[in-house]
Amino acid sequence: MFSKEIQNQVNNLLSRYPFKQNALIPILLLAQKENNGWLTEEWMQHVADCCEVPLTHVEGVVTFYTMFRLKPPGKYHLQVCTCVPCCLVGGTELLEYTEKKLNTHAGYTTGDGLFSIEEMECIGACSYAPAMIVNEDYHEQVTIEKMGKLIDKLSK
Amino acid sequence: MAEETLVLFKNIRNPKYSKSLEGYKKAGGYHTLKKVFGMKPEEVVQTVKDSGVRGRGGAGFPTGLKWSFMPKGTGKPSYLIANADESEPGTCKDRELMLKDPHLFLEGMMIGCYAVGCHHGYIYIRGEFFPAIKSLNTAVEELYADGLLGPDPLGSGFHLDLTIHSGAGAYICGEESALLDSLEGKRGQPRVKPPFPAVSGFNGCPTSVNNVETLACMPFILGDDGVDAFKSFGPQNNSGTHLVSLSGHVKKPGVYELRMDVNMKDIIYGIGGGIRNGKKLKGVIPGGSSSSVMTADEVDVLYNFDELAKIDTMLGSSAMMVFDEDTDVVQLLHRITRFYAHESCGQCTPCREGTHWSRNIIRDFLNGNGSDEKLRRLDRVGGNMLGTTLCALGDAAALPIQSFVKKFPDDFRKYYANK
Repeated sequence: MFSKEIQNQVNNLLSRYPFKQNALIPILLLAQKENNGWLTEEWMQHVADCCEVPLTHVEGVVTFYTMFRLKPPGKYHLQVCTCVPCCLVGGTELLEYTEKKLNTHAGYTTGDGLFSIEEMECIGACSYAPAMIVNEDYHEQVTIEKMGKLIDKLSK
Repeated sequence: MAEETLVLFKNIRNPKYSKSLEGYKKAGGYHTLKKVFGMKPEEVVQTVKDSGVRGRGGAGFPTGLKWSFMPKGTGKPSYLIANADESEPGTCKDRELMLKDPHLFLEGMMIGCYAVGCHHGYIYIRGEFFPAIKSLNTAVEELYADGLLGPDPLGSGFHLDLTIHSGAGAYICGEESALLDSLEGKRGQPRVKPPFPAVSGFNGCPTSVNNVETLACMPFILGDDGVDAFKSFGPQNNSGTHLVSLSGHVKKPGVYELRMDVNMKDIIYGIGGGIRNGKKLKGVIPGGSSSSVMTADEVDVLYNFDELAKIDTMLGSSAMMVFDEDTDVVQLLHRITRFYAHESCGQCTPCREGTHWSRNIIRDFLNGNGSDEKLRRLDRVGGNMLGTTLCALGDAAALPIQSFVKKFPDDFRKYYANK
């Protein structure tokens, strides 16, 4: 199921741990990336086979960690931090603005599949708050104005 | 007037510095590693003990002592794991190191591996840190290409591999035994201790888990005259510089490297430039969201492990969150309790239930349903979590609740006074 390039990465990962199960989480992350940001039962079964663990174990792991998703995110996944330092300097308002502008709520994807929003616990950019992650990129000291412009740009 | 003392940030603060292997070597990098390979591992551990360095991840446990617990001759491999799961609200120092000077940390990690006899070290980094993961991956590739990692680094014959392991978003995995379960490919839930990781850690083998910043101190400590210099940066038992993540309502938030004998007032008003918009200080959460809150009257104190412990709070991960007079502390505490309710792993009943109960009670206040009885109940729920769980998350959730209720009772009363 993995593309050839990713399969190489998977094989490399498997070789770097004493037990195949140890590589489970990094391989699940690769699988999720391969499948446009979410995991299906088919993919979980495939990873279970790679790591030689039962599917139930994989499901237990997937449901424990917040980065694993069981439904597709938007093309742009806006992960807005509202944790303590961000909330002190406007993170909550930023999230509210984003939800209003995109006419959806945290945890949901817009109808056109372009954006999804996630309310984040601390993302570790506290001295540059308010911060957010768009797909894999950090955006720091985000103002409502910056957020508006970014969404407009990504909508085009 | 306080200013930075540059040890860990010496390269980062140099505008001409390039974080590549070549750039790091040019700045004197991997010189200490060569020296270390000429020492016996026990000598390395003793030097680290002598330096008095305490873990920078939050608990402040002496690193040399931790390494000396690693048993020898068990017939099992030993492991050193770098804890790069920086998730404590307010803390963003390890990310800074990994992004901007990855080789400093990696050299420290390699020194640590040699000290505890680990031939394959793992760096457990939180999954959201995509840019830092890229930065580390590039650095590790450079090391393999250069031969600094692999069968014979610097002609030492000490076979050493490093693997970067991405987590997948769970605060609890910063707790070392939960981290080990996660690294093994399981749900990250803290283990019953003892046995401690030094006896039975990664896959049941002797393991030491150390914070990124702690490891990044090693090239300095083991360098020439490192121990004496390191000790001179702070009062006894609080040696070295530490990276302070300053956030909240200060004019100049940022990550600053400071000695351990700087007054908190100087950090807030000097380094941080004071409170923004001409407001007055209301309080400070001094060591990550798990520490007890301090009022404005309490901040005339040295910012280090022992001085903060004396006033019943803690240095934690040196993450200082400053808030001004306009801050609604009930809202703030609500946000903190929401965090713990979200991040409790659900294993121990007091924490699984207590974090949700405390959040719900505070929500009652916000919805206008507060009362004296609920304030007492909130304090009680906190008390029921203290010391009753396998890991420190229960305490971490309880301490802010109890300290906010104790130090800002009027703010809670405002919510129901006029009823």
